[in-house]
Amino acid sequence: MKLKKGIPLIDQHDKNGFWGGKFGGSFIPETLKKPIEDLTKEFQKLRKDKKFLRKKDFYFKNYVGSPTSFVKLENLSNYLNGAQIWAKVVSEANGGAHKIYNATVHALICKAMGKKYIIGDTGAGYAGKMLSMAAKKFGLKCKIFMGAKDIKRQRPNCDAIRKNGAEIIPVYSGSQTLVDAVSECMRYWVSNCDNTHMCVGSTVGPNIFVKICGFSTTQISRELKTQLKEKFKKVPKKLKLINCVGGGSSAYGFWSEFIDYNKKHIELIGVEAGGPKKSLLHAAPLSRNAKIGILHGAASYVCQNNEGQIHETESISAGLDYPGVSPIHCFLKDTKRARYTYATDEEALNAYRLVTKFEKLNPSLEPSHAFAEAIKIAPRLSKDTIIIVNSCGDAKKDRDILRDRLGKN
Amino acid sequence: MKNSLINQSFNNARKENRPALLTYTVAGDNTKKKSLEILKSLSDYADICELGFPHNTPIADGGQIQTSAYRAIKNGIKINDVFSIVSKFKKLKKNKPIILMGYYNMVYQYNENKFISKCKKAKVDGLIIVDLPYPENKIFAAKCKKNNINFIQLISPTTSKLRLKKIINDSHDMIYYISMLSTTGGLLKVSANEIIKQYQKIKKHNKSKNVVIGFGITEKTIKSLKKADGLVVGSAICKEITRSIKKRQNAVTNVINLVKKLKNKIK
Repeated sequence: MKLKKGIPLIDQHDKNGFWGGKFGGSFIPETLKKPIEDLTKEFQKLRKDKKFLRKKDFYFKNYVGSPTSFVKLENLSNYLNGAQIWAKVVSEANGGAHKIYNATVHALICKAMGKKYIIGDTGAGYAGKMLSMAAKKFGLKCKIFMGAKDIKRQRPNCDAIRKNGAEIIPVYSGSQTLVDAVSECMRYWVSNCDNTHMCVGSTVGPNIFVKICGFSTTQISRELKTQLKEKFKKVPKKLKLINCVGGGSSAYGFWSEFIDYNKKHIELIGVEAGGPKKSLLHAAPLSRNAKIGILHGAASYVCQNNEGQIHETESISAGLDYPGVSPIHCFLKDTKRARYTYATDEEALNAYRLVTKFEKLNPSLEPSHAFAEAIKIAPRLSKDTIIIVNSCGDAKKDRDILRDRLGKN
Repeated sequence: MKNSLINQSFNNARKENRPALLTYTVAGDNTKKKSLEILKSLSDYADICELGFPHNTPIADGGQIQTSAYRAIKNGIKINDVFSIVSKFKKLKKNKPIILMGYYNMVYQYNENKFISKCKKAKVDGLIIVDLPYPENKIFAAKCKKNNINFIQLISPTTSKLRLKKIINDSHDMIYYISMLSTTGGLLKVSANEIIKQYQKIKKHNKSKNVVIGFGITEKTIKSLKKADGLVVGSAICKEITRSIKKRQNAVTNVINLVKKLKNKIK
């Protein structure tokens, strides 16, 4: 299994849609074959269409708000007294997280295909919020599928979704979290694929959805590459890019332009959700050695039992609370290009406390997992090492959980 | 597979001038023992029995089958139990064809080859893997055929003309036509005429294939589709099991009564 240079990772799959010969693919019911084939053709066409690309860039700049800022966390760096810690503040994007890139592109594709309805899944509520925003912006009718447990714990985002005129469909099956929301969204698409477009909220699902999402979030690393050259004149010699990984869309977007570099030069570190400290449940298929399985139309490392039943997961962060992971991250793991680890709920909360104590930054619980790893490794690294954390979400949505666990607003 | 039990069952039904009745129940719903009992009794009326592997992330199943599957998993059903249910059933009813239905992850975790050899040992007649479509299923389907197991291809209203042809050419004795864009257990939202029209397109390609129609078939709708080679009823039966459990009634008796009624409608 080998990575190719000079080709975007999203395009390094074989003709059956597998990365590294075994991750990804399209394990779908017959009914979805045609809509997925149509979408694949449309996306192939649009990707080469200069008018479409100009439109995308226009909305990224004027609607999403690019570029998001790239800042040094002086106080935190001084406190840790090791590597320099920087943040790419993707949470400045319209809506407060990276999910807006994928949502905007899907809405544009939906328009191009002449469909009037768009549906999507959501865990933390950001994918849902952004899709509802994009739907409103482009005049599409929108339904968001969300686990009942997540509706309760991510209320601010639910309010936003409704305010944008989208309907939230609560999902009560299984663990009532993201995994069930994705299943239910796919079921709805099976029944309504003739007039409805489906947006998968991360780099998961059948091959084409991994590609569209990766194509969209790659904006993050494109901006970062320019910003690095502005701040340092060139790409720094010792660089570590740390990102949380649930489905893996922000991590792929953050890394995509840097995958071709040597890993001793630019290390890619993915941080999964380890769950509560003493719990047996987690949402860390990569770092806790789950077996390969098929979930939501793709083969990837999946938290499951020997019989192929998908495990329930547990994490304080709804956005990372998912038993599967993107096939492209499985590929990056097996080729050893990226390193994957996990942070527990408690470590993420501590990281949140520390970051907000020292900096004017309010990372949500998802990137707080990435900050936990940065805080862990920074003190033993040299001062010329540059750690960049993708602060990919804003903590407004977590206010109830934070108040409950830290006594903060 | 000319002398397959599946083919014979369709021929028998044809002689009686009626479509074959196929039933679907979930293995282990609500217990291992009970599901074997249900299977045994309904096989007196059904021509072919489909038995589902319960899965906890079934992306093509609606609420009724999900409920049955969750119930079975909660009561501890394992893949090997499903095979042992089939073995026990086949010892009593060796001429009744049985088709196992499931999602690919279970086959994958069990190991494809081991899964097929287990099927062969238990005398499984056919397999439906919901999320392993053509052409991805080519290798697996060939392995099945080699072991005298029918791999059953699905065709849906969205299947293109070209694809239709290829799938039919690659199919074994039976093809499953999905009546409408829906998960299992949806309300039949397409007219019977429209469904039969699509069905006939498949038949026209190859008359020797047995084509069954499934999804949305209930006591109310079954009669309108009796021109088909076979009709599958699944969610309606699962619903009856759920209802019986809730009302503390005998699920076996209630399911039999339902299947009898279904059979009468297509005689």
